[in-house]
Amino acid sequence: MCLGVPGKIISRNDNSAVADINGNQVKVSVALTPEAEVGKYVLIHAGFAMQIIDEHIARETMNYVLELQRLGEAYEN
Amino acid sequence: MKDERVLLAHGSGGLLSQNLVEEVFKKHLSNPHLDDLLDGAVLQLPAKNIAVSTDSFVITPLFFPGGDIGKLAVCGTVNDLVACGARPLYLSAAFIIEEGFPITELRSIVASMAETARLAGVKVVTGDTKVVEKGNADQIYINTTGIGVLESKFILHPLRVQPGDQIIITGPIGDHGLAILAQRQGLAFSTPAVSDCAALNRINSLTDMFPGQIKCMRDPTRGGLATVLNEIAAQSQRGMVVQEKQIPISPVVRGACDMLGMDPLYMANEGKMVIITGPEKAGQIVCQLRLLKETAGAEVIGEVVSEHPGMVLLETELGAKRILGALEGEHVPRIC
Amino acid sequence: MKTDPDYKNRLLEAICNTIKPAALMEVCGTHTMAIARTGIRDLLPPHITLLSGPGCPVCVTSQGDIDTVISLVLNHNITLLTFGDMMRVPGSECSLQEARSQGADVRVVYSPLDALQMAQNNPGREMVFLGIGFETTAPAVAHTIIEAQKLKVTNFSVLSLHKLVPPALETLFADKEIKVDGLICPGHVSMIIGLKPYQQLAAKFHQPCVVTGFEAVDILESICMLLQQIGKGQARIENQYKRVVRPQGNPIALKLLEQVFEPVEARWRGLGAIPGSGLAVRDRYANYDAVRRYGLIATEDRSVKGCSCGSILTGKISPPQCALFGRACTPLNPVGPCMVSQEGACAAYYRYAPMKG
Repeated sequence: MCLGVPGKIISRNDNSAVADINGNQVKVSVALTPEAEVGKYVLIHAGFAMQIIDEHIARETMNYVLELQRLGEAYEN
Repeated sequence: MKDERVLLAHGSGGLLSQNLVEEVFKKHLSNPHLDDLLDGAVLQLPAKNIAVSTDSFVITPLFFPGGDIGKLAVCGTVNDLVACGARPLYLSAAFIIEEGFPITELRSIVASMAETARLAGVKVVTGDTKVVEKGNADQIYINTTGIGVLESKFILHPLRVQPGDQIIITGPIGDHGLAILAQRQGLAFSTPAVSDCAALNRINSLTDMFPGQIKCMRDPTRGGLATVLNEIAAQSQRGMVVQEKQIPISPVVRGACDMLGMDPLYMANEGKMVIITGPEKAGQIVCQLRLLKETAGAEVIGEVVSEHPGMVLLETELGAKRILGALEGEHVPRIC
Repeated sequence: MKTDPDYKNRLLEAICNTIKPAALMEVCGTHTMAIARTGIRDLLPPHITLLSGPGCPVCVTSQGDIDTVISLVLNHNITLLTFGDMMRVPGSECSLQEARSQGADVRVVYSPLDALQMAQNNPGREMVFLGIGFETTAPAVAHTIIEAQKLKVTNFSVLSLHKLVPPALETLFADKEIKVDGLICPGHVSMIIGLKPYQQLAAKFHQPCVVTGFEAVDILESICMLLQQIGKGQARIENQYKRVVRPQGNPIALKLLEQVFEPVEARWRGLGAIPGSGLAVRDRYANYDAVRRYGLIATEDRSVKGCSCGSILTGKISPPQCALFGRACTPLNPVGPCMVSQEGACAAYYRYAPMKG
């Protein structure tokens, strides 16, 4: 389960924040993500920011494609 | 009028009723047919095919971004007539009002109906008002019935739909459904989405401009685009393939739907039309539609096919095909 | 995010070029949904199959538990606040949607905090929030209970039917006949619980596990990662959804879960009772526990005999092989979770049947 949608924190007062989702504004609780400062992207589920989104994390999994292709070739041989 | 609220007596047919008719309904909707205050209107219509359509309007909230129940009551029936290929001419309007309803609100609703009717080129020629005891209705319900005349000899009908025909939607979908949803209790979010509520009477000139090309039209209100496409596919016994990436959906609607677990393809629209047209002039029809403000976002979204009769397939952005079903049950926000 | 438009195609190509047959299971309703919506299954080569696991916490809510909820809302003078997807899940007599038509006061909310707000706005009315959800949702409900106590709201309680994912996976994989070669792990459950629970699972049952995001490209990438592990004979936990999932999960959320709830046995539709897979409200929050407040007792499952969801979920049989499929169990009158969920294996099979001829 668990629908989650990324949103950007645009204002915050204690644990109560407002997140922007493509122009929609939703009230979210940041009780579970105290480090969710204004400007950060969070993953929102059921009105809570559940985790900070780190878009900078290198998604090095690109390499898997290449490796898998090699594996496929290995099988064929 | 001193009374600020609608009383049961306003529906009793007595002096208060007359007062309400004079001060509210006639004041805004005035025209020679209505002003006669006869039991019904006698109309002279051209000797052509006539379309009749009726619809009842029940909506919470009554006033929403982009419209109100009055505007909706005119647009809804006007658009149903347009979908029949008719030029809308006359409307009837019947009101069921809950006792205690503020007269100022009734005034704004009727004024909004009048303005919308004026823009759509229709006249409200007869009407009725009933007042029910408090608690027996939710504020106000409106029924409108419309009469339109078919200028073209080509009747629009799903049975005219042929393989190769193109499927057009006249603009982005889901805005009305979202604008209403955002007003509901229990869903605390705000959205810039505005209802698309609009009368589409201007598109009926297309039937003249492109004789025989337009096969079928339907407005994707409740159940949304997906449900309407399924209805046309079932009635015509043709298949359809729709391209996901061609369907216009605003980022606002997409974002809110992602958040709420809803699907824009099933969200209601009140100012859009699905048009099935022959392949030759589809491009020109889209160009014509884009010249009008209310259909500026028109796109060809798919094609009618001879395979899988009665079934709509969606070609996803990945290039896969999946069945696009009609709406089942209530379309409610979900968490998973 | 990767912007290379060909990336999806290259992933697909890589998947199609593998040779070893593999059955991969996804255990998250939102993955099931994403796979159905994007049509990924349709694009995979025949030797790669995707199985839909237990699905979502809504679909696995047992018939008996729905009956308990319905008797609560019909027999006590309360307002029930629920997530929208619970409305159509059937009990033995009816669903919440049908109970509402019989006069039950049932309202849909988006967040448990909205439910608490409604209770504060209507102090004269008892309000019960239906606590449904996996580890993703339960911390939000835990926080709401703590808030309710802090704000001294006395007309609010929670009926906790929360479920935990790892115990259910343990049960599924303990079955020696299971025909699953790799696990697409739920991204949003994992953002709370982290990677550790899967380490044990991967090792104990020799299952490759990849925590996965919800975009088409995430799922394709995850399939590639699983196929790579399978090809190499490995079984470890990998994290495809690093932008959201940290190895340690969300420690604050985990601490709240521990503080407010305790693990108990729970009944799963189609799978039966699983020890330690549910969450009950702890004694110190007894005032906010609808079970204690209204003296609720568990209702026995009266489910139709012969539901094979357990075997369908684990890939042992396909939907038409179930005795109930298309007869006692249809999308409009579903019995097991595979039919309850609109994207469940049985519901999808039922709909696609005409297309297959």
